[in-house]
Amino acid sequence: MDAAAIRGIIEKGLLQIAPEAEFDDLQPTENIREELDIDSFDFLNFLIGLNEELGVDIPESDYEKLITMNDLTAYLEEKLQ
Amino acid sequence: MADFIMPSLGADMQEGILVAWRVQPGDRVHHGDIMAEIETQKGLFEIEAFADGVVGPLLVQPGPDKIPVGSLLTTINAPGEAVVEKTAPSATRIKISPAARKLARENQVDITSLRGSGPDGSVCLADVEQALTGTQVQRTVSSGKSKKEMKDFKTGMRQAIAAAMSLSNREIPHYYLSTDIDMSRALSWLEERNRQRSIRERLLPVVMPLKAVALALKDVPELNAHWVDGRLDLKKEVHIGFAVALRGGGLMTPALHNVDCLDLDQLMAAVGDLISRTRSGKLRGSEMTDAGVTVTSLGDLGVRTVFGVIYPPQVALIGLGKISEQPWAENGEILARPVLTATLAADHRAGDGHLGAQFLDRLNRLLQEPEKL
Repeated sequence: MDAAAIRGIIEKGLLQIAPEAEFDDLQPTENIREELDIDSFDFLNFLIGLNEELGVDIPESDYEKLITMNDLTAYLEEKLQ
Repeated sequence: MADFIMPSLGADMQEGILVAWRVQPGDRVHHGDIMAEIETQKGLFEIEAFADGVVGPLLVQPGPDKIPVGSLLTTINAPGEAVVEKTAPSATRIKISPAARKLARENQVDITSLRGSGPDGSVCLADVEQALTGTQVQRTVSSGKSKKEMKDFKTGMRQAIAAAMSLSNREIPHYYLSTDIDMSRALSWLEERNRQRSIRERLLPVVMPLKAVALALKDVPELNAHWVDGRLDLKKEVHIGFAVALRGGGLMTPALHNVDCLDLDQLMAAVGDLISRTRSGKLRGSEMTDAGVTVTSLGDLGVRTVFGVIYPPQVALIGLGKISEQPWAENGEILARPVLTATLAADHRAGDGHLGAQFLDRLNRLLQEPEKL
């Protein structure tokens, strides 16, 4: 799966918890939770969605690495290889 | 026979709209069954039966009219009980002084929602002035429901919060206490527990202080109570109002029920369910009224200390900040520890600072033994 497809899945997951999100305004290096005002419950639900969609296990100790769109895409890309 | 009335879903609610009946006359209902859907400034709610019995005639039909809190909607009759004909509430004439009526009309104040302080409950000028300078919740919101619907909802939500918070600040002499809690034991216990679990079964840290609040309230029950007519009404059950921010603005504090009886997994599921139903507008009326205390957690945005405003008629609000690494002095050494600042805003009419201090001390101790939560 290439980076564009992964990004599509990330955006789909984010839209479920932040339906008003506009990704054109979101820079790849911006803090997603801050920009889209996502609390810890919604963020956990988002990660659960990614886990179920992609079958990628995301240990709790990795949560803090997943801040920006670039972080998330790179993390998932590596896990899916 | 019991009257089923337009309920008050909080100190800020004056009226509601009957959106739909979910029962028919003659239906047998049990305590907790959904009877009707009503809409308030805070959204749509399912209203439950509060007794077992048979539904009487439906006295009000669904429609756009705003129905004052306390109006009779139907009755719930004991099985076999003869149904007494009751009539729908008729508009009673409101006693109001000419000056008050003029001021109300000029400022679009809905006089039916004012409580008169004059002779025989008549509305006088001071009542209208109070409505204007105080909560303003009685101001008629223009009801052009179409493309303005969302804007009206936001306006209504803001007015409802304004009313409750103004009442709180006007009437409740708040006192505030704060304590720093070393969360290292709690967090390492949680980390170990989560490591063995799939992502769907993991717990978020906030469930630990929530459960600890419930247990601490069992020891300091005076903070799990309502202040009504100058008296403290202690709550038997520990129902905790949990502040949930709505996307696009606004706030609701629906209740998590019997938190003291839930284990951490059940509590995590209950919190997730409550947040998603709050944000999708699927709350029950009882969840809006039966909390004995409120917890607000603002740590997600980096807040360290929460200075809360009590939600009347409750007498306490517990604030949770971000769990962050802080310098922590212990046994003559300074170490970095994860620290949670917990605060208490409490009603000084209902109790004194000593009581609040006991509560925070108990909360701290409980969080030092996470395996017992």
